[in-house]
Amino acid sequence: MNDNICAISTALGVGAISIIRVSGPDSILIVNKIFKGKDLTKVKTHTIHYGFIYDEEEQIDEVLVSVMKAPKTYTKEDIVEINCHGGISSTNKVLELLLLNGCRLAEAGEFTKRAFLNGRIDLVQAEAVSDLIYANTDASRKLSLSQIKGNLSTIITNLRNNILDVLANIEVNIDYPEYEDIEEVTIEMLKEKINYINEELTKILATAHDGKIIKEGINVALIGKPNVGKSSLLNKLIAENKAIVTDIAGTTRDIVEGSALIKGIKFNFTDTAGIRKTADKVEKLGVLKSKDIIKDMDLVICVLNGSETLTSEDKEILDYVQNKQTITFINKNDQPLKIDLTGENIIYGNTLSEEGITALKNKLIELFNLENISSKDFTYVSNARQIALLKQAQNIIKTLEKEVDNNIPIDMLEIDLKNVFDILGQITGQTYEDELLDKLFKNFCLGK
Amino acid sequence: MYDIIVVGGGHAGCEAAYAASKLKMKTLLVTANIKNIADMPCNPSIGGSAKGIVVREIDALGGIMGKIADKTHLQIKMLNAKKGPAVRSLRAQADKHLYPKKMLETLQNQEYLEIKEAMVENLVVEDKQAKGVILDNNETIKAKAVILTTGTYLKAQILVGDSKKASGPHGEKECQNLSTHLQELGFEIQRLKTGTPPRIDKNSVNLNVLQEEKGDQEYLTFSFDNPPQYDIAKQESCYLVYTNAQTHEIIKENLTKSSMYGGYVEGVGPRYCPSIEDKIVRFKDKERHQLFFEPETKENDEWYLQGFSTSMPIDIQEKMVHSLKGFEHAKINKYAYAIEYDAINPLQLKASLETKVINNLFTAGQINGTSGYEEAAAQGLMAGINAALKLQNKEPLILKRNEAYIGVLIDDLVTKGTKEPYRLLTSRAEYRLLLRGDNADLRLREYGYQVGLISDKQYQKLQTKKENIQKLINLLETSNLKLNEKNKEIFKENNLEIPSSSLKFSNLLKRPAITLKFLENFIDLDFEPEVKEQVEIAIKYEGYIKKMTKEVEKLINLESKQIPSDLDYDKVGNIATEAREKLKKVMPTTIAQATRISGVNPADIAVLSVYLKKEYGKHE
Repeated sequence: MNDNICAISTALGVGAISIIRVSGPDSILIVNKIFKGKDLTKVKTHTIHYGFIYDEEEQIDEVLVSVMKAPKTYTKEDIVEINCHGGISSTNKVLELLLLNGCRLAEAGEFTKRAFLNGRIDLVQAEAVSDLIYANTDASRKLSLSQIKGNLSTIITNLRNNILDVLANIEVNIDYPEYEDIEEVTIEMLKEKINYINEELTKILATAHDGKIIKEGINVALIGKPNVGKSSLLNKLIAENKAIVTDIAGTTRDIVEGSALIKGIKFNFTDTAGIRKTADKVEKLGVLKSKDIIKDMDLVICVLNGSETLTSEDKEILDYVQNKQTITFINKNDQPLKIDLTGENIIYGNTLSEEGITALKNKLIELFNLENISSKDFTYVSNARQIALLKQAQNIIKTLEKEVDNNIPIDMLEIDLKNVFDILGQITGQTYEDELLDKLFKNFCLGK
Repeated sequence: MYDIIVVGGGHAGCEAAYAASKLKMKTLLVTANIKNIADMPCNPSIGGSAKGIVVREIDALGGIMGKIADKTHLQIKMLNAKKGPAVRSLRAQADKHLYPKKMLETLQNQEYLEIKEAMVENLVVEDKQAKGVILDNNETIKAKAVILTTGTYLKAQILVGDSKKASGPHGEKECQNLSTHLQELGFEIQRLKTGTPPRIDKNSVNLNVLQEEKGDQEYLTFSFDNPPQYDIAKQESCYLVYTNAQTHEIIKENLTKSSMYGGYVEGVGPRYCPSIEDKIVRFKDKERHQLFFEPETKENDEWYLQGFSTSMPIDIQEKMVHSLKGFEHAKINKYAYAIEYDAINPLQLKASLETKVINNLFTAGQINGTSGYEEAAAQGLMAGINAALKLQNKEPLILKRNEAYIGVLIDDLVTKGTKEPYRLLTSRAEYRLLLRGDNADLRLREYGYQVGLISDKQYQKLQTKKENIQKLINLLETSNLKLNEKNKEIFKENNLEIPSSSLKFSNLLKRPAITLKFLENFIDLDFEPEVKEQVEIAIKYEGYIKKMTKEVEKLINLESKQIPSDLDYDKVGNIATEAREKLKKVMPTTIAQATRISGVNPADIAVLSVYLKKEYGKHE
């Protein structure tokens, strides 16, 4: 790497401090030019120094400067971080000075890209860094951290090595056919191996669901006729978490009402338009949309008015969600009940006295096994690219499972096995895929 | 004044001289000893896994190794016959006397080719261009291009125990000065080592206690042109032998007396072809190692003990051999030895086998760091073709990795280099399902024809074969199996599941237990066996072939991304230092080739691709 890059690596805005990061062979030299305090070229690595940033005679900001020398740094290059006093104008001024003194502005994700190119981290780790930046709950931060440490990479690398062993054995059988002493890979051995690989992939993929939950949260829709108390219930569910309620407008879920943290996992609640038979064209559209939304939900809470007998509309709604993971909340139990339903996922309560709200939350915890998610060690696969590749690998393994009984020579079956080996390599970046990196590094935000 | 001079008459030199002269280049083959033309100083066999396919490829392109092997072998068999069609490969027990004799005859009858007995000690080079050779008597012979196929002769030294003496294989005179001159010209020289086992008088061994290995009971040929020229019944047998605890004890006790473990060897030997002492040291837990006792020729009873190559002193060799079952009274005719020799660094070669250092100088065979007669012959053929093409101002013939094992071999050499004698293995080929022995003619004959090594008649035969393959496929795809009682009975007799409906023969053939031969119970298939073979493979393994073809498309995409030959890698930022050095050295011509260089990581390729797009993108 021969040039020096810099960027403001904290979110821009009026905060307490903002940090400018500089990386490259001359980063210390460049910062030293605009810093008054100790001579930074003479300080020890991984030390912090107090001083001022000057533009010639003009004092720009009072700063703390961290000096970290290669190779034990994030990018494996010399890094200097300047802690400025918040304020957009002074931070920008410092950045400008750096650019004038020989740095160039880092491209999006370039620090991480350098970390990857310099061999400090592999692809899974690079993706995890990107995730960490976007992480918005504590659990998802832990997941990103564990991926950075390489847990997933280790598991995948082990699986690849395991496959490599069989591949090597098959190759030896082909290249040294006359040697009777070398163990011949038989169809039975191959079957055993295929089963093992399939199991391992299933295990890793099983964590994919949890990983996705941790990272993206659980999407829940509230559904029911108008005026059964959906909105009140929603308000109760998110009440104590008002502070983190966010408006996620602009996403496809444009009627998300709010989020709540339960056991550290983010729940995104969506209030759907009431579903009922209607002649009104406008409302019909809303109903269609509601049905559409439900498809993408992890869970549906079906709200019924307990003080009324079940109507044909209620029955239709219950019918509609029967293939979804559903909790039925029978509201208004403070009034005489006219509904008598029993079942595992049926909760009675009312939003006035808040009866049944805790039971509902406990049900959510139970259904998504949240107690276990938080206590497991974090090796989850969490992004779409990794999941897609793992599924691709598993699909090949599943075809292999069938082919293996079809009298196909082992050296042909090996083609598929080798393919799986390569695909797994793509997850950790050990197999080259054209333009993979460009695709990846686009997902990083500025500065890191 | 010659067009082309070939230096060395081994397997590379023979093919090079044959191809060049056949292409009407005025060619001179210079060899130190005319009796050693196509000499087999090591194993008496041609073919083997992957190598057998190479011999077919040589034949498809118009070379001669396969044709002469077909005429002279003692035994032939198909290896991996029970495995898939992709990995089947021929191996013949060659006749060490007959093969060279036939080769010499062929070359001597070759128009445009002269053979001269002399030792070449230097090259004539002007303006970085080869202009001829200088002999040890200072005579200069001029030519427009030179092909070096010096085998193991460059500064060759033979090692037996602690004795080390300058000598070529089996006591031939070595070539003392050529490699020094090559070094002066800018070639990087590396020292390699190989070895050969003892030769034993067959009559002194009790063959009755050994396991007999016969040739196949089916006629087989390397060449696509000639019918079989041997008698199945008259094939000679080989024998299986095993080492035992006593053998291992003798070796362990005397380990430091061997040249290798005594520290007398500088050269790097091949991992895949270790000496017996290497095997014992590296695989301590193995109770026995497999050996083969093989005939070398019909002309005498000197046999070869494959797998027993060693550099032990001769007294220990005696003990070792006598410890083997059946060999208690064996008489050793020739002792085993190791041989060290100089080779160049193949990274200094272009894919045409012309050197990057000196124009119009080509190298082929062991001088390029390979091992094996077949690998040598393949390179010799390509060097011969490309030297001729160069003199005709034509583009070189460069076979891709998805076209031929020869392409894999040469690409590996010029892209990855080698630190040990390089042997071709099936595992080196990514697309081996396409690179089968059975379809070498379909893959490569067209090239041979374009170059001029394949005659109109041979070409016509290929075209007919292609047409017939298509005809047979069409026939099977358009006719259906009739599900009458008689036909159902045939399925029953063969213990095969009766199809539930009348289906096309091509679909029936896709079923695991159904063969084309079985289909002949229902439909007349009047086609040659080699046509049937192609069709059966194409239909039966269609799914896998398609998968592989998809992979090839990826490769072709990467191969199409050219790298300018004058690219300054110092200007490409963010490439790891090791990768930069490797790229500068190899100067890959395409992104695909760059991905294959060891030490160049995916990240480096990404950076390089981005740079190329940025700098040269407009021209794409």
